[in-house]
Amino acid sequence: MATFFGETVILSSRAVDEEDEEEEVEDENEEDREIKRELEKKREVHLHWNADFSRQFETSSDKTLQISELIIAVGYNASGFLSAFALSSGKWETVGNISLWNEKSRFTRETSLEHPGEPSCIFYRKDENPEVLICQCTCYVAEDQLFQWAAKERNVLGCIEKRSLKVTILSDCPVANYRSPEYISAIPVPFLKALKTRTYNENLCCSPLEQPNVVSGIPAAVLSYCQVHQIPAVLYQCYTDVVKLDSVTIETYKSTLSCSSLRKLIKPCTALSTEILKKLTEDNETQSNLYT
Amino acid sequence: MFVPVENASPTFKDSILIMPAVSVGNVGQLAVDLLISTLNMPCVGYIHTDCLIPMVGNHPYATSEENSSELSTNAEVYFLPEKKLAVLQIRSPTVKSKTRQFRHLILSWIKSNQFSRSILLSSSHAYQCDDRQLSGSPLRYLQTLEMKNIIGDELQKLDLKELETTPAFPGISETEQRLWIPGGGITKRFFTECSSEHIPLAVLLIFCSEGDNIPEAFTLINFLNRWLHLVETTGAVESHNWKIPCSWKLLFGSGIPPAIF
Repeated sequence: MATFFGETVILSSRAVDEEDEEEEVEDENEEDREIKRELEKKREVHLHWNADFSRQFETSSDKTLQISELIIAVGYNASGFLSAFALSSGKWETVGNISLWNEKSRFTRETSLEHPGEPSCIFYRKDENPEVLICQCTCYVAEDQLFQWAAKERNVLGCIEKRSLKVTILSDCPVANYRSPEYISAIPVPFLKALKTRTYNENLCCSPLEQPNVVSGIPAAVLSYCQVHQIPAVLYQCYTDVVKLDSVTIETYKSTLSCSSLRKLIKPCTALSTEILKKLTEDNETQSNLYT
Repeated sequence: MFVPVENASPTFKDSILIMPAVSVGNVGQLAVDLLISTLNMPCVGYIHTDCLIPMVGNHPYATSEENSSELSTNAEVYFLPEKKLAVLQIRSPTVKSKTRQFRHLILSWIKSNQFSRSILLSSSHAYQCDDRQLSGSPLRYLQTLEMKNIIGDELQKLDLKELETTPAFPGISETEQRLWIPGGGITKRFFTECSSEHIPLAVLLIFCSEGDNIPEAFTLINFLNRWLHLVETTGAVESHNWKIPCSWKLLFGSGIPPAIF
C-alpha cells in the first residue's frame, strides 16, 4: 500500500502473518529443535490435584473423576460471583489448581495458592456435594494453551467421566467485543448472553448470543470440547464496560440463578454474601490520593 | 481429528472436498460460507484439533429462530451425499507453532477418506503482484499432477491462468524459479505436500488486499461454480445465485452513533 506521501507500507493481514516461519524449519539444527522443545515444555498446562483428591483417580476403574456438575468461572467478576454466592456457604475446600506459564501469566504452582488475589486457576469441592466441582480462573491462558487447558488428558475435561456430566460456564467479556446494529453505548450494560451445546436441553436464563458475535478463550475451548463430545454445557457471558471487579457486573450474574446447576449451589442475598461482595469490590478500588 | 455429529461417520469416498485456506482478506472462508449457505448443507462433523485457536458462536447459516441457537465451532465439515460434495469450513487461524501439524492433519484426513478431488480456495496479497499479474483476471490456479490427470485442461479452457513462478532472487537473471504465495497462509506448503503425497488437489486463488473482500469472495465462488456447476445459475447477475449468511452482518463494526450526524 502506498501512503499519501508515496512511501510503500507493508500492511499486516488480519488473517495471516507476513513472515513465513516455516522457512526456518528447514534450517533448524538439533540445538534449535531442543530450544523449541524446552519452550513447548515451559508452556505446558498442568493440573495438580491435592493428595486426597488424587486418590480418587487411583480407586476409579478408568482413572476419571465422577463429577456430575462442573461450574467454571472465567474472569474476576464471574469468580467474584461464585465467591460471594456459592463458596461463601458450606464447607468448600481447595482440591486442585492449574499451573501454567506464558508472557502474561508468569505464575507457578507454588505462587498461585500462596498469593490470593493474584491471577490463578483453582478448583473447589465440598464434602456434602462431592459430585459438584467449581473452578475459578482469573489467569490469562494463551491461545496455544487453551486446548490443553480444556481437553488434554489429565486436564480439566480430560479427567472427568463424561457420561453424566453437565458444564456451566460464567465468563466476563468487554462490551467493546459485542457487535450490535445499535450503537454500543446506547445499550444498557452489563448484560448476559448465552450459548449452549446441542445436548443441553434446559431453558436459558437470558437471550442467546446473536450472530455475528463469537466467543473465544477458555469458554470457547470448553464449549467446543463439550459440543464435540455431546456433553450438555451452557455459557453465560456477561458483557461489561468495567475492566475490574464491579458489584453491578457481579450482580448481573444473579439472572443465572434459574439455571438448575446454579440454583442448587447459590444462596441468594445472605448477609455473608453481601459482606463478601463488598469486601471483594473494596479491595480492588484504586485509592485516589491526588485530589482527595 | 474428525468427530462425526451423529455416531456413525459419513462416507466421503469419491466425493469432492472444498476447503479454504485462512489467507489475506479471508476470501476462501467467505467463498465457502456462500457455498454452505446457498446449498443449505448440513454439518456432519467437527475437526477437533489443538492446531486451531478455539472459537464458538451460534449457527452462522441460521434460517429461522428455531435453528439460530445451534452451536458452531471453529472447524466443521458439511456434506451433501446426493451431490457427493463435502465442504470443510475453518473459522479461526492456526496456532502459530502448529501450522505444519495442521497441514499434516488435513492431508491425512483427505487421504484416509479417499476424496476424489480436493479444492483449496485461497488468496494472495495484491500488492506483491508482478507486472504480468497486474492486468487481466486476478484469479489463478495450481494443480497437482494427479489432479491434472483427472481434469486435464478444464481450468485452462475456462480462461484461467496458472500461477506464475517468481525468481528466487529478484533482479538476478538465471536464478531458480519458485512458487510464492504471500498472504496465502498454508496454501503453498499444503500444495507442495499434496504434490509429494500424490493427492489430486487444485488451488484456486485470487489476488486481493485487505478490506471489504466480499466482491473477491463472489469472484472466486462464481469461478468455482462455472467449473463445477454446484449451484444453478439464473439471471445475468451471478451474485444473485448466492445466499448471504446471517454471520456476514456487521462485518465492519456495530451501529453508528447518531451523535456524529
